[in-house]
Amino acid sequence: MATITAPTPAPATTPAGRRLPPWRRVPAGLLFTLPFLVFYVAFLVWPTLSALYLSFFNESLTGTRGEWVGLANWAEMFGDSAMWASFGNTLYFTLLTTPPLVVLGLVMALLTNRAMPLRWLWRMSFFAPFLLPASVVALIWIWLFQPGFGLVNDTLTRIGLAELGWLTEPELAMVSVAIATVWWTVGFNYLLYLAALQQIPQHLYDAAAIDGAGWWQRLRSVTLPMLRRTTGLVIVLQILASLRVFDQIYLLYQGTGGPGFAARPILEHVYTTAFTNFRFGYASAISTFFFALIVAVSAVQLKLFARKGPDR
Amino acid sequence: MTTTTAPPPATHWATRAWNAAGLIVTAIIALLWLAPLLWAANTAFKPEGETTLIPLTWWSENFTWEAFEKTFIQSNMLRWFLNSTVVAVGVTALVLITAAMAAYGFSRTRFRGKGAVFAFVVAGVMVPPQVLVVPLYDEMLALGLVDTYWAMILPQVAAPVMVFILKKFFDGIPHELEEAARVDGASQWRIFWQVVLPLSRPALAAVGIFTFIFTWNNFFWPFLAVSDPDLMTIPVGLATIQSSYGLRYAQIMASAVLGGLPLLIAYVFFQRNIIRSIAHTGLSGT
Repeated sequence: MATITAPTPAPATTPAGRRLPPWRRVPAGLLFTLPFLVFYVAFLVWPTLSALYLSFFNESLTGTRGEWVGLANWAEMFGDSAMWASFGNTLYFTLLTTPPLVVLGLVMALLTNRAMPLRWLWRMSFFAPFLLPASVVALIWIWLFQPGFGLVNDTLTRIGLAELGWLTEPELAMVSVAIATVWWTVGFNYLLYLAALQQIPQHLYDAAAIDGAGWWQRLRSVTLPMLRRTTGLVIVLQILASLRVFDQIYLLYQGTGGPGFAARPILEHVYTTAFTNFRFGYASAISTFFFALIVAVSAVQLKLFARKGPDR
Repeated sequence: MTTTTAPPPATHWATRAWNAAGLIVTAIIALLWLAPLLWAANTAFKPEGETTLIPLTWWSENFTWEAFEKTFIQSNMLRWFLNSTVVAVGVTALVLITAAMAAYGFSRTRFRGKGAVFAFVVAGVMVPPQVLVVPLYDEMLALGLVDTYWAMILPQVAAPVMVFILKKFFDGIPHELEEAARVDGASQWRIFWQVVLPLSRPALAAVGIFTFIFTWNNFFWPFLAVSDPDLMTIPVGLATIQSSYGLRYAQIMASAVLGGLPLLIAYVFFQRNIIRSIAHTGLSGT
């Protein structure tokens, strides 16, 4: 690589023409990004490529490379009813959780974004569950969903309704998870909405008030339009988070997949395939397939994120 | 700083009625949201014999610390707390340093291929880490890092979204200040440390706080990466509680309360900062 004698003023030399040590020849800007790039390539890019690569092998235990099986894992996956069932469960969970998590987050933010008594308490109540680890959430909700002495069923019987088998009925298995999840994570969307509401300039409301706009008209003509970008972002982030569900389900049902496997999400299927049945190659095929789906949704997120907002 | 959109003074009864109605609805939702936490704490203070009474009662003649004492003696709670702290502090520090440096590189310096490298990093925002656990485990095994702190810490540092957020924030800092520093002969490194970073406190706070919360509560990856009970973090350790305590509900709830408490206490101190930094950083898409 004898490019040091390039005719153009090469960045590799000082103005005096002396040669610099090799590390000084890397542009300073690149040096700034280098530490991050090391982590990024080692722990994100490499596993991504390696999942695809592994999916063509019949790897049974880690560490020992299995034999090349071509598309066999992929062919098996598309005919795997357990995979499709868990895929369906994941979509069902996403459908159950996204609307309430977005709408409730917005409602909570609208309710508490004004001067009111005990505002700190209301804000803390809505956000606090988000700070709990999934294991704490699971322990609490297993306790709440108990038959007889569980708080949920006790409340139902007190108001004259019948008890429900929250964690034992296949039809309810995912609904119970959804309830616990909405309680647990709505605080994040609430916070995003609250921050967005505080960015809306007061003069828009003043103008609307002068025009005699009531509460409902101010909401419809000022607040909601100003929140459109945030709502787009919240919806996409929520869909992505819901598709990746694993922790609370695994912990609520202690890895059983719930009654009749009715609450086994796709990530739990990947987990079982890899770490219970030790089929790493096959698990990688499912991961890669699921990965493709998530990337498609994320592309929308990225567009929303990257778009330049109206400058205020 | 008044950040609230205060309603016009309640001059007539309709506004007052609206405000009262809003307050009542807020209080009802808040009660629903607090009830699970209060019930968990309530159970934790009861003697084991009184936890499964039907119909249930909120009051007990015999409230006791017993379940907490037993939990402390029988579980590894303090050890888990220490492990969680090591992992969360380690990840947060490494994320702040590497992401801020990278963001500065992308926002303020010029080098050949910068656009391509940045696009390469931004594409990573789309990669869901939970989907990578199988190859990542394979990699950790090859590196001999399974069952170490490193296995839990290193993969969580690769957070391209944080680079993206910080870069966006740095882009908004006016160039005049660093021009002045540059005229004075400051190096890129000094401009980064002494000009850009001090101006970016709200963004760094937001990135730091959320990295810390997400790492502290992360379950899936640490659960796979570590099986040594002495290395378990709080979420992983607590996952073993349900099976080992069986029907001792007061003790299970005492563990849940202890496991959730550290971040709740931290939140009380950071409450104001959290919302403000999200607003300043444009995390909410505004």
